[in-house]
Amino acid sequence: MARQDKKRDVVIVGLGWTGSIAGIELAREGLDILALERGHDQATVPDFKYPNQIDELKYGVRLKMMQKPSRQTVTVRRSGDETALPYRSLGSFLPGNGVGGAGTHWNGLNWRPQPEELRLRSYVAENWGEEIIPEGMNLGDYPVSYDELEPFFTHFEKVAGISGKAGNLKGEIREGGNPFEGWRSEEFPMPPLPTTYDSSKFRDACLAAGYHPFQASAGIASTAYVNPYGMQMGPCNFCGFCERYGCYQYSKSSPQTAILDALKRMPNFEYRTESEVLRVELAEDGKTATGVTYWDEAAQEEVFQPADIVILSSFSLNNVHLMLLSGLGEAYDPLTGTGTLGKNYAYQMNGGVSLFFEDAEFNPFVGHGANGVCIDDFSVNQNDFGALGFIGGSYWRSGTFNGQPIRSMPLPKGTPSWGAGWKEGIGKWYGHAMSIGSHGSHMAYANNHLDLDPTYTDRHGRPLMRMTFNWQDNDLKMNQYQKSRMEPLAASMNPDVMQSSFKGIGAQYDVRPYQTTHNTGGHIMSETAREGAVNRYCQTWKAHNVFAMGAGNFVQNTQYNPTGLVGGLAYWTVQAIRTQYLSNPRPLV
Amino acid sequence: MTDLPGYPSRRGFLKVSAAGLALSGVALDAKAQDAQPPVPLDRYEPEYLTADEWAFVMAATARLIPSEGDGPGAIEARVPVFIDLQLAGDYGTADDWYMVGPHDAEAAPDRGWQTPLTPAGLYREAIPAFDAWCAETHGAAFAALDGQAQDAALTALQKGEVPLAPELSPFFATLLANTKEGYFADPMYGGNHGMQSWVYIGFPGARAAFREWPERHNVKYPLGPVSIKGERA
Repeated sequence: MARQDKKRDVVIVGLGWTGSIAGIELAREGLDILALERGHDQATVPDFKYPNQIDELKYGVRLKMMQKPSRQTVTVRRSGDETALPYRSLGSFLPGNGVGGAGTHWNGLNWRPQPEELRLRSYVAENWGEEIIPEGMNLGDYPVSYDELEPFFTHFEKVAGISGKAGNLKGEIREGGNPFEGWRSEEFPMPPLPTTYDSSKFRDACLAAGYHPFQASAGIASTAYVNPYGMQMGPCNFCGFCERYGCYQYSKSSPQTAILDALKRMPNFEYRTESEVLRVELAEDGKTATGVTYWDEAAQEEVFQPADIVILSSFSLNNVHLMLLSGLGEAYDPLTGTGTLGKNYAYQMNGGVSLFFEDAEFNPFVGHGANGVCIDDFSVNQNDFGALGFIGGSYWRSGTFNGQPIRSMPLPKGTPSWGAGWKEGIGKWYGHAMSIGSHGSHMAYANNHLDLDPTYTDRHGRPLMRMTFNWQDNDLKMNQYQKSRMEPLAASMNPDVMQSSFKGIGAQYDVRPYQTTHNTGGHIMSETAREGAVNRYCQTWKAHNVFAMGAGNFVQNTQYNPTGLVGGLAYWTVQAIRTQYLSNPRPLV
Repeated sequence: MTDLPGYPSRRGFLKVSAAGLALSGVALDAKAQDAQPPVPLDRYEPEYLTADEWAFVMAATARLIPSEGDGPGAIEARVPVFIDLQLAGDYGTADDWYMVGPHDAEAAPDRGWQTPLTPAGLYREAIPAFDAWCAETHGAAFAALDGQAQDAALTALQKGEVPLAPELSPFFATLLANTKEGYFADPMYGGNHGMQSWVYIGFPGARAAFREWPERHNVKYPLGPVSIKGERA
């Protein structure tokens, strides 16, 4: 028998970036709020303090900040012909765990999408015609425009504390910024960070080639900073421990550094950790939710938590799983195209070149997760899709981000993987290699989707979610194009040795090596209830008092790291709740 | 403390936090560590590995990262101790992993870890199976072979040419990964003894403060490593 607790105005599922944003903005409205977090509590002090956090084995390799597959995971297959097998140990992607979620262990790469990426189907149709859209690609427009989201991107960047230089300030192109970005209403909250040696070599080569380099937009403080909630950040010291770690310096933007301490002081906000939401409960008519049922780890019992509004702000994959288990929409069927939940799961298409310079000193441990110089010369709004034969693009970046030697040991091809040759190789090459990365778009396809697994269950007896995913030719062609443009640029830098790593046609998805945690889609935004799971305000079409945050809303993935769009959408959704929904709860579309 | 680069600026920022207290312990810890040499490997009493397994891990890691040439070998770095302690802990028992069946141990490698065995269980079952193959093929258990035969046997294992049960297929990749982990992890986990591996490649360990270094281009960072417990090398 489930325990039942007192009703709240709002229950928040998952206390990462978007749960923290919803928490503080709705708490400021005076609402009584409870946030339920599946994982543990964690704060800068004591959990991330120096030197304990500077531990590659514990956090970088054993992944102690991440979701434990023993508690929650998915099954994976590359096509409907394969039997899905559990993702038993983490590899390809690393969902976070605990307070702060993935916002605690990210790299800090904060981007806005290009305006064209939010209306990509229309952009393609206007310029080349719909006939260039490959069969099986679910190319769509977001039901919200860049201009509508711009104030919310700006606000999120102020909260998160982003460093960079505007390249397009109210339409004026500015030297040193990204000339191909969408317009900004204001300059960045903090100036760009300094440029490391590898980045400066890359910048010189780009300038010589006629490209347009700029310092990466970083959720890493370049100066002392106070955000709109009164939270303080200090300048980064390039310790080189961002991704997979909590920041010991109050320099990396995260829910901890940007929101949580301000939120915890509010008397009408409460959060509970080790509280895993099992399902959203629907009213008898199925048109609203009555609250959520969660597993209270300390009490070892199920709890029904009634609430007027439910905010789903767990990781994208976990949001979709909860929605499938709760009947918050109809499961997508790739054969008939009916249903919406699990539709348009997308990922990221990445590649890169490694350059070895025997006599150069790169000090690879001096860096941060968002370090680097970038170019957008081969990005979505610069590519002629009709001539190139694909839809998409990528940004390039070069900058040291960690020199942690268990995982970051680039060696020239042909170096043995063990024995005397390996030992000689690490002594010769550590510190003398740099890289250029291509971070590319990933479209949505009819056959890449999420549903419930027929075989495997979690510790609560719930079916695991099943991911059906493989690389598709359109994105692989895009990747090969980036290779064809990056290799000549890398060669112009005259390395002693260089080698490329770009997936090509026929590549199969391999769950073992880390690729990215930009898992998007599954509860996508849409103009109509037939096409997606949530409307333009990220309100579920099924139950008007349930709102879904995060990258699960993405119609298809952009070429950028998702956090900027996730943060902007979260403020956009919260604004709709505050100004339209609270006074008159109803479907907003 | 004067040899810590960037320390004054960091102290200013962290002076009220627990991190500042941790830093002040550096010198004391270093002295305490220097006073206690570790147990020699031939007298080490493993937490998890049996005597035969220990002999195998000693011999195999000594070939994966040999002692000859520049830089420490796995033996000098005490990698076998690291592996023993890892297998005795929650990595060995796969506590964080989803280990519910059914298992398809014959799945292709790119489907990830699909054996029903935990890492500790994998070592326990794979070592005698590999030793039996070594005895049949090379005339003795792995640890008793000469270096050249050991290299040939490990090469065959890596290439999948040793006929092992499908559940044992991740063994070589796991052994090699664990060996490199033990070579480069913080010394508090039992390997990377004296931070020799970090000294060899030029990684400064847990220094993690390089405020003035981003714009010192093409200048080699001069300071040796520190460990999480405050040892220096």
